Amino acid sequence: MVRFCLRRLLTLIPVTLGVTFLLFSLLYMTPGDPALLVLGPEATEDALREFRREHGLDQPFLVRYGRFVYNAVVHQDVGRSYITHRTVASEIADAFPVTLTLSIGAIFFATLMGMIFGIICAVKQYSIFDNVAMVFAMLGIATPVFYLGILLILLFSVHLHWLPSSGFDTPAQRILPWIALSSVSLSIITRMTRSSMLEVIRSDYIRTARAKGQKETVIIVKHALRNALIPIITIIGIQFGHLLGGSILAESVFSIPGVGRLAVDAIKSRDYPVVQGAVIYLALAYVLINLLVDILYTWIDPRLRTRYR
Amino acid sequence: MDQQQRENFLEIRDLYVQYHTDTGLVKAVDGLNLSLAGGETLGLVGETGAGKTTTALAVMQLIASPPGRIAGGSIFLQGENLLKKSKEEQRHIRGGKIAMIFQDPMTSLNPVLPVQEQIAEMIRLHRKADADEVLKKARDMLSLVGIRPERGSEYPHQFSGGMKQRVVIAIALACNPTLLIADEPTTALDVTIQAQVLELMRELRQHFNTSTILISHDLGVVAELCDSVAIMYAGRIVEKADTKNLFRRPLHPYTQGLFRSVPDLTGNVRRLDTIAGLPPDPTNLPPGCCFASRCNIAEPDCSRSRPSMIEGETGHFAACFKLGKRGGV
Repeated sequence: MVRFCLRRLLTLIPVTLGVTFLLFSLLYMTPGDPALLVLGPEATEDALREFRREHGLDQPFLVRYGRFVYNAVVHQDVGRSYITHRTVASEIADAFPVTLTLSIGAIFFATLMGMIFGIICAVKQYSIFDNVAMVFAMLGIATPVFYLGILLILLFSVHLHWLPSSGFDTPAQRILPWIALSSVSLSIITRMTRSSMLEVIRSDYIRTARAKGQKETVIIVKHALRNALIPIITIIGIQFGHLLGGSILAESVFSIPGVGRLAVDAIKSRDYPVVQGAVIYLALAYVLINLLVDILYTWIDPRLRTRYR
Repeated sequence: MDQQQRENFLEIRDLYVQYHTDTGLVKAVDGLNLSLAGGETLGLVGETGAGKTTTALAVMQLIASPPGRIAGGSIFLQGENLLKKSKEEQRHIRGGKIAMIFQDPMTSLNPVLPVQEQIAEMIRLHRKADADEVLKKARDMLSLVGIRPERGSEYPHQFSGGMKQRVVIAIALACNPTLLIADEPTTALDVTIQAQVLELMRELRQHFNTSTILISHDLGVVAELCDSVAIMYAGRIVEKADTKNLFRRPLHPYTQGLFRSVPDLTGNVRRLDTIAGLPPDPTNLPPGCCFASRCNIAEPDCSRSRPSMIEGETGHFAACFKLGKRGGV
């Protein structure tokens, strides 16, 4: 198990290299001059040239990429923001906890409610609850986060004055972003739980458990749910990754200073170091979540344990 | 158990079980009568779709609803009608008094639980015992079915098919049920393992003195293990007798056809007989004798009304009109 984890952690190296290389290529091809954007249209030609030279922007692509990797590996330094002049690490350190709180809250809510709804739907298949829940799940998947966010603000902030419309410091400020961000994941987890449970409920070992005289609730939780968990956990992992990367929509609507907003603002102002830092952090988070999901697999299903030795 | 209870240990009267499907109402069990004496082993024989498993599930109160439904009849176990019991009472009878061994050991164990836990669960449900006692009993059951108790903490995928079926048998017998229903317990196993499992079942039956219904379509297995045999066709019992009589002199034309389709090592037969035609469509059972269309001695009268069970010899019953007319077929 330890060896498996170490091996998976080693894959972080090629993943990170690949992600940064792709990112460098994209930024290189993106039109727009950081020097002009940072110094403004009145800057002199000399000042612009000086800015480009100072930040290495006049160098060829491969040299810039090589320098970035060298600095990151040897000095653990991914650069400073062109605009705020703070280190990228500290910019991210400020923004990442916010995004993490937002995403963890949303995935927790989505998992809890999604699994409860999904189990009820499966146990009471074709009931009114099942039909209504499936319609809402469809709506939830089809409604974009920013649209739902705006609707929630209109209803709960503008009309009812129950909850604040922006910020992320108090619990009250967090409720609407969590709901808006979790709606898609909630719907997907509900549908996945339902279909996975339906498959398991019909299997022979569930009939064996009934033949023992076991209580129906115990059969559902102890026998059925655990067998149905693998696809559910997989989808939760993927959704959590999506939330970390996609929280930008909720962050924009609710004015939350998270990594998504940081990245988008940085892209707008061609603040290359910050863009690189933000994307690397998200990529690392993605890989670590997937590792966690793989470890959970082996905990749930003994048949997978031998495979991960 | 007094004499009365011993004789009518299990009594199924006019049982009807139906499944609602897209193609219509499937009458899987259609007016079945069957009784079993205490300590007896009864073989329930019939081809696929005859309603054997449905009958077993009805006794277990495990008919999936929807689509299934027990549409009528009664099932008495030691004088008590199981169909009149509350859900909670039925739950205590399942596993505690009536246990079932399922057909396919590959799929009837939960893949994510250690096998000893799956046995322990049964014990916990029906016996009062602390955790240590339950675990010890579960491991005792394992060694009783010939599995080293140390393997109890392993998972089903670490066992072979025959070993899994032994675990299933251990689960079924863990609470010493009065009635054991074994639904084709050896069909999914290869022949050498079949023999081992049958031998095990024979030993355990003597050990526990459990009344048993053995569902099978293997006449050889039935001859080996059963005291009496009931032949099932299209949701009904068409013949019932003790094993010796039935094998010596089958009375119902369907049973006779079944025996002709079994290879006989002493004769020099090149081609086995088959019964022409197919069983009737269970969504559309004929009004008369269900076997009439395939029967080579059928008369037009046979298709008018259902034949009831007639005692052809002492203790040997068959549902055939011809038997009543001539005193034998």
